[in-house]
Amino acid sequence: MTEEALLKILETDARLSDQQIADRLGVSVAEVAAERATLEQEGRIVGYQTIVNDDGEGVSAFIEVKCTPERGGGFDRLAERISRFDEVRSCYLMSGGFDLLVQVDAADLLSVARFVSEKLASLPGVLSTATHFRLKTYKLNGLHFTEEPSHQRISVAP
Amino acid sequence: MDWNRTLSKQVVDLPRSGIREFFDLVTGSKDIISLGVGEPDFVTPWNIREAAISSLEKGHTTYTSNYGLESLRRAIARYVEGFFHVSYNPLCEILPTVGVSEAIDLALRCLINPGDEVLYHEPCYVSYAPSVLLAYGTPKAVETSIDDLFALNPAKLEAAITPRTKVLMLNFPTNPTGSIAPKETLEEIAKICIKHDLFVLTDEIYSELRYDGIEHTSIASLPGMKERTLLLHGFSKAFAMTGFRLGYACGPKELIEQMMKIHSYTMICPTITSQEAGIEALQNGVTAMQEMRDSYHRRRDYIVKRFNDMGMDCHLPGGAFYTFPSIKRFGISSKEFAMRLLKEQKVAGVPGTAFGACGEGYLRCCYATAFELLEAACDKMERFCASLN
Ligand SMILES: Cc1ncc(COP(=O)(O)O)c(C=O)c1O
Repeated sequence: MTEEALLKILETDARLSDQQIADRLGVSVAEVAAERATLEQEGRIVGYQTIVNDDGEGVSAFIEVKCTPERGGGFDRLAERISRFDEVRSCYLMSGGFDLLVQVDAADLLSVARFVSEKLASLPGVLSTATHFRLKTYKLNGLHFTEEPSHQRISVAP
Repeated sequence: MDWNRTLSKQVVDLPRSGIREFFDLVTGSKDIISLGVGEPDFVTPWNIREAAISSLEKGHTTYTSNYGLESLRRAIARYVEGFFHVSYNPLCEILPTVGVSEAIDLALRCLINPGDEVLYHEPCYVSYAPSVLLAYGTPKAVETSIDDLFALNPAKLEAAITPRTKVLMLNFPTNPTGSIAPKETLEEIAKICIKHDLFVLTDEIYSELRYDGIEHTSIASLPGMKERTLLLHGFSKAFAMTGFRLGYACGPKELIEQMMKIHSYTMICPTITSQEAGIEALQNGVTAMQEMRDSYHRRRDYIVKRFNDMGMDCHLPGGAFYTFPSIKRFGISSKEFAMRLLKEQKVAGVPGTAFGACGEGYLRCCYATAFELLEAACDKMERFCASLN
C-alpha cells in the first residue's frame, strides 16, 4: 500500500474505518493503522473534518493582503499571526500581485469589515487589503455543491 | 389483426430473456441494492466525454463511411496489435459496429446457413443463443462447470461437434462467471477448431479486465487461428462506454466485407460522435482504464472473501466484473434464492439460470458497484444466508 493510495481514500471519505480501508486497498488492517499513524505523526494528515455547505449562513470573505516581508523570516511570522485569529479559516502565501490570501468567516458583512479594519489592517507589516465576499460555492475540496442527482444505471442488465 | 399470421414465427418463438423477467421484478421494488447490473459504475473518463462534446461542437454530425472513420480503424488496429498481438489491416479487416452486440448479429448472419450448428459455452451471455436462432442456425450449448472453473473443457467441446457444426463462440473472460481460459486450454481448443474446420467468434469484450497478473491471450493470436477467427471487442466495459454503443470486429476480409454489406443496409455506421470518442479512448484512455480495472480488482477480492465467509462457495473469477457464487448448499433453486433475497433483504442478484440451464445453483453478482454498497449488500446477504441455515 502506498501513502498516496491511503490518502486518496481518506480524502474521499475520512470516516472509513481502518478495516474498510484495508478491504478497499487489499491490505491488512495493521498496515493501514501503521501507515495512518505515521502520516499523522509526520503531519501529512493534519486532521479530519466535515465539509459543510454553509452558503446559507454567515459570510465568507477572501482577503488579499499585501505586506512587507521581514528580514530573515519573510512572511511567515506575520502569516502565523494572522492565522491565529479564530475568524481566519485559511491563510495562504501567494505568488502574484499580493502576498497572503486570507479566508475569513463571520456572521455578517459588518463583522468582516470590523475584523479587517481593527485587527488585520492594523497589524504592523500589513500594507493593504482587498476584501472579496463569497457569493456562492460550486465546488469545495473536490466536492460539487450544486450537482444534479447523478444519472442512474438500470438496475438489472445482461 | 391476426397476430399469429402477422408476426414472424421465428421471433415469436424466441424465448424472452430470463434476465428481463427479473428486471421487471427489481424495477418494481424500492431501495434495492443491485448486484444485477452488467456495466461499469464509472462514468466515461472526462477526456473521452470531452472528445464527444468537441466532435459535436465542430459540427461533426454526418454519416461516416460504412467502414467507419479510417482514423478510428487505424487506432483500433494499433491498439489490437499492442494488446492482443494480432495485426489487422485497418482498410479491410476491421469493422466498427454499434457495440459488440451488432457485431455478433452481423457475424452470425454472415456465417450461418439454415440449420448450421453453432457451439457456445454455457453459462453465457444472454444474447448468444437468440442471435444464432435469428440467423436461422441451431444453437448448441456446451456446458461448463466449476470443475474447470467454468472454462470450456476441450474434451466436452470435441464431443459436441457434429458434421453440421460450423461455428464456435467463445467469451473469455466470461459473462456471467468471470472465468478465463488458460492459454493451454485455448491451444487445445484451437487444435480442435482446426481439425474440425470450425470458425471461431471470440467475444473478448472483458479482456482488459483481468486480475490474475497473467496477460490476456486471444485465440486469434494462436498459430493458424487468425484466418478462422473473428475477434470481437468494444469500448463498453473497459472504457466504461456502454452508452456510446461502440464496438468492432476484426477478422478475415472476406467475412468483414459481407458483414459490412448487412451493416451498410441496416446500420450505416455507428454514431460519428461515438467513433470520435472511441479514438480518444484508444489513444489517451488507457491509464484511466487501468485505474478502473484496479478498482474492480479490489472489489472482487472483497466480495469473494465475504461470500466464502458467509457460506456461499465462490471461486475467484479471473476476469470481467462478475462473481458466480454457488448457492447449492442452501438446497433451494437459483430463482427462489434470488427472489427471496430480493424480497427479504432487498439485494438483487441474477439467478444463474438466466444464463443457461447449467447456471442452476448459482447467482451472478456484479461487483461494479460502489464499495459501500457492496459492503451493505454483503451484510444483508450474510443475514439472508444465516436465515437459510
Ligand atoms: C459477453 C458480452 N458480450 C457483449 C456484450 C454487449 O456489448 P456491447 O455494449 O459492446 O454491445 C456484453 C454486455 O453485457 C457482454 O457481457
